[in-house]
Amino acid sequence: MPPTTESSAPAVRLRGVVKRYGSITAVGGLDLDVPEGTCVGLLGPNGAGKSTTMKMLTAQAIADEGEIEVLGYDLPGESKQARAECGVVPQLDNLDTTLTVEQNLVVFAHLYRVPRAQRREAVDRAIGIANLGDRRGSKVDELSGGMRRRMLIARALVHRPRLLLLDEPTVGLDPQVRQELWALIDGMRTEGTSILMSTHYIEEAERLADSVTIMSHGKAVASGRPSELITKHAGRDAVEVYGPPAKLAEAEASALEAGFRTRRTGTSVAVLGLNSANGDAPDGERRAANLEDVFVLLTGEEIS
Amino acid sequence: MSGKLGRLERPALQGVMVREVINFSSYWRSTTFSSTVDPTIYLLAFGFGFGSLVSEVGGFRYVEFVGTGTVATAVLFASVFPSMFGTFVKYQFQHTYDAILAAPVDTEELVTAEALWIACRAGVYGCSPLFVAIVFGLDPSLGMLAVPFVNFLAGYGWACFGITIAAFLKSIDNFGYVTSGVITPLFLVAGTFFPLEGLPEWAQIAAQANPLYHCVELVRHCVFGFEGLTDLAHVGALVVFALAAWRLAIFGMTRKLVN
Repeated sequence: MPPTTESSAPAVRLRGVVKRYGSITAVGGLDLDVPEGTCVGLLGPNGAGKSTTMKMLTAQAIADEGEIEVLGYDLPGESKQARAECGVVPQLDNLDTTLTVEQNLVVFAHLYRVPRAQRREAVDRAIGIANLGDRRGSKVDELSGGMRRRMLIARALVHRPRLLLLDEPTVGLDPQVRQELWALIDGMRTEGTSILMSTHYIEEAERLADSVTIMSHGKAVASGRPSELITKHAGRDAVEVYGPPAKLAEAEASALEAGFRTRRTGTSVAVLGLNSANGDAPDGERRAANLEDVFVLLTGEEIS
Repeated sequence: MSGKLGRLERPALQGVMVREVINFSSYWRSTTFSSTVDPTIYLLAFGFGFGSLVSEVGGFRYVEFVGTGTVATAVLFASVFPSMFGTFVKYQFQHTYDAILAAPVDTEELVTAEALWIACRAGVYGCSPLFVAIVFGLDPSLGMLAVPFVNFLAGYGWACFGITIAAFLKSIDNFGYVTSGVITPLFLVAGTFFPLEGLPEWAQIAAQANPLYHCVELVRHCVFGFEGLTDLAHVGALVVFALAAWRLAIFGMTRKLVN
């Protein structure tokens, strides 16, 4: 462990980070902070630059411009020290499928330099986190998708990292499994591990993240607590107007005329930015504004 | 973890090799089979096929000539193929290297550890033709104890060569160009099955640039008697090959893995 004189320093700090691939700018001047002990959600549509950002934090992509600090270490120069204290859960499953659960964890206990005397205990602990006590001798090939995801997370925790980097941790999983993983991640945060999680699931960010940074086209377009972002960008309430296309177009036009912001969902028009006092709100189903409204307003992208 | 972490650290090399060793426990049978049976078949086919036509080559019984020559073949097969295909599969399909590089391991350490492990295997597998040759009458000698070390050195170079190929080729389909266009000629023009003296002069000169030739010569000299400075030159050639291939493999993999 490093001297904790910098305990108030953020776990992750990015300033003006730029990453280009040829003529494409994947990340174009990104500022991002993960205060120590908090969970920050990096929310954005596909292609917003989330995965590139995650890769830069482990120096598997090198920024063209800007400053990156991870756990007080400057990247890319001191990235190895930073990686020693980080756990990474990749978007793509890269477990060794012909090895057993236990063997996979033993390998990573070595890679993350867990001292010999503590290896056994570290592996047992990780198996406990993944809740795979009765499958420790099973080949990864034989595990379900949910078990493999739990293992990926447990593998990232084998050396008790101070920072956990999660890249789309629940993509492609069914709802029960997703909730199981949320509980697992939330448990880590409660224990004081700093977490940066990229996701394009709004609900995931809303439930897990203390604060959210919304990315669009390689830049942060908004950051803050989910509730603050909602109040600031989408108001308190929204009204969903349902009906045939002609009615939707009409509702949209009159709402815009009245100075409201709107967004189209597949089957309705949502009129945003309402307060309880608004008497001139259009008729429809009234609901609380949510992070999805903010996301769509700021990124201009629909949720699939 | 205070202090700056350096280059080529033992814990990083060890971590990568532990992964290989544990994986090896699940596929060692097939690897051992192909790495030892292939060269043995060459040895038997040439040894008996040609051996019935020519009894002596370069002053040796033909079986002894081929038996020592195919050691280098076994080293080549046991190192260049696993490294080419293994590296490509781990990079492209299993994304293993992404996981390893997220740990405190640099590309330089990753490449070095992978090559070291393959070189160890090649060092051992490469000895199998010698055992077969002994069964067919080759006299054991003290110099044979040096053979695994020659194999290790040559195997390290070939492993790095294979990693380099995997780093620069975009598709596994293109590997055929390398196996047919590079490996096969190198393998045949190395003095394994016939002495180079019978070849045109340009081919003899070209063979000097073939690392496999130096390995063949060194192994023969280990078995039949060392030749001082000549052998030192052969060792030098293998060291140059290994160093060049090593740096090239690191360069290629860094380009591929860190971008």
